[in-house]
Amino acid sequence: MTGDEAKNLPLADLHRKAGARFGAFAGWSMPLTYPAGVMQEHLHTREHAGVFDISHMKLIELSGPDTGALLDRACPLTSAALPLRQSKYSLLLNEQAGILDDVIVTRLADTRFMMVANAGNAVADEAHLRMLANGLDVVIDPLDRVFLAIQGPEAEAALGRIGNETAGLTFMHGIEPRNGWFLTRSGYTGEDGFEISLSETDARVLLDELFSNDRVMWVGLAARDSLRLEAGLCLHGSDITPDTNPVDAGLMWAVPKSVRSEGRFVGAAALRDFAARGAVEKRVGLKPEGRQPVRAGSSLFDADGNSVGRVTSGGFGPSAGHPVAMGYVAAEFAAVATRLYADVRGTKLPVDVHSLPFTPHRYRKG
Amino acid sequence: MATIYYTEDHEWLHVEGEIATVGITDYAQQQLGELVFVELPEVGKSLKKGDTAVVVESVKAASDVYAPIDGDVTEANTALASDPTLVNSAPAGDGWLWKMKLSDKSQLDGLMDETAYNAHTS
Repeated sequence: MTGDEAKNLPLADLHRKAGARFGAFAGWSMPLTYPAGVMQEHLHTREHAGVFDISHMKLIELSGPDTGALLDRACPLTSAALPLRQSKYSLLLNEQAGILDDVIVTRLADTRFMMVANAGNAVADEAHLRMLANGLDVVIDPLDRVFLAIQGPEAEAALGRIGNETAGLTFMHGIEPRNGWFLTRSGYTGEDGFEISLSETDARVLLDELFSNDRVMWVGLAARDSLRLEAGLCLHGSDITPDTNPVDAGLMWAVPKSVRSEGRFVGAAALRDFAARGAVEKRVGLKPEGRQPVRAGSSLFDADGNSVGRVTSGGFGPSAGHPVAMGYVAAEFAAVATRLYADVRGTKLPVDVHSLPFTPHRYRKG
Repeated sequence: MATIYYTEDHEWLHVEGEIATVGITDYAQQQLGELVFVELPEVGKSLKKGDTAVVVESVKAASDVYAPIDGDVTEANTALASDPTLVNSAPAGDGWLWKMKLSDKSQLDGLMDETAYNAHTS
């Protein structure tokens, strides 16, 4: 294994006991698959309920009188417009409007918010927030908790039968149902589901109870990736990076109109310029014609052999039943059904631009 | 009389006369997980030891299978085009990958027998 210097999850013993195979990701030794295998884990999540250990991701609690001001500076959003309990997908941008990270921000109280950041960016995100908070009255508190995702059509029932009622909670809302718990109806699989952060002790009890239900199974990072790719969701570091901007990435839906014109967030001027110019390249879904997967790093060509883009994520979609990929193509090639060719080890494989997601989202929007 | 050899890269060779049938071991298929695609070599292709002969693809990753010895490809297992999971269900049988005509049988001397291979994976 490559994980010599990788950090172990607090629940690593449970994963070992469950027969997980581990691999390094973003500095963590992560369970990639369990004995059921990525295909079964993926399909089980879409059909029943899968449990993911996402403790590598970072929760950062923000509180104090100036928290709203910090968020309005750090992210292209208006914190005052965020209702209590509402979660919002947002971005941390640099001055060039490059995407430093994609985050979820939830309002917990008037002057208290939770931000969920990606594992690989967590340290840089925290430093970035502290820099922006200079002179502001804000407490930035990275939490040390276990973080679990329970995803799939049976997630609500699985939590309900062990006494965690969530029926009143709709997609992209978050609550603190118990002391030290943060629970949102959200996820990164395209399915209905929940993310719960809690103490290690509480997590072990919760998992014991959850796994007394045979419709619930552990799902590893490999299936988390195939699920999010089918759902058309971006992986930071692959599909979005500091070198991509929200216009080309097709993420302007996350930036409210008033914020686009009046926002004073980091990168606002650059983002306005990108928006005025329009997308030069676009993030699109890509469906290889045959059975052979097309993976991140492949170059894309038009029928005349001109380079027109690149694949940023790719693999096989167990629910789609065919290979699925995502990438960037020059704007004039971004129309659905445009035939392109992906270079795979020197062979040009036909791929068609495909709408995203590949698998319809099944969020509980209430 | 047929002999079976193994490599450190978790391939097996079933050698009968001048022809070797090559596949990956049960240990290797377990490590890879369920296959979704196998890129096979063209018949007639000349392989040198260490060349990529086949690419096996799982949901998550593409992995190279190397030619364990020199030789020309005489046959590829076309059944894998419609069912790549034969490699998972029968790695030492119907899930074979390709056959090759050996150029230099002395290269077999550097390979492992079953006992040595089992020790290698344990």
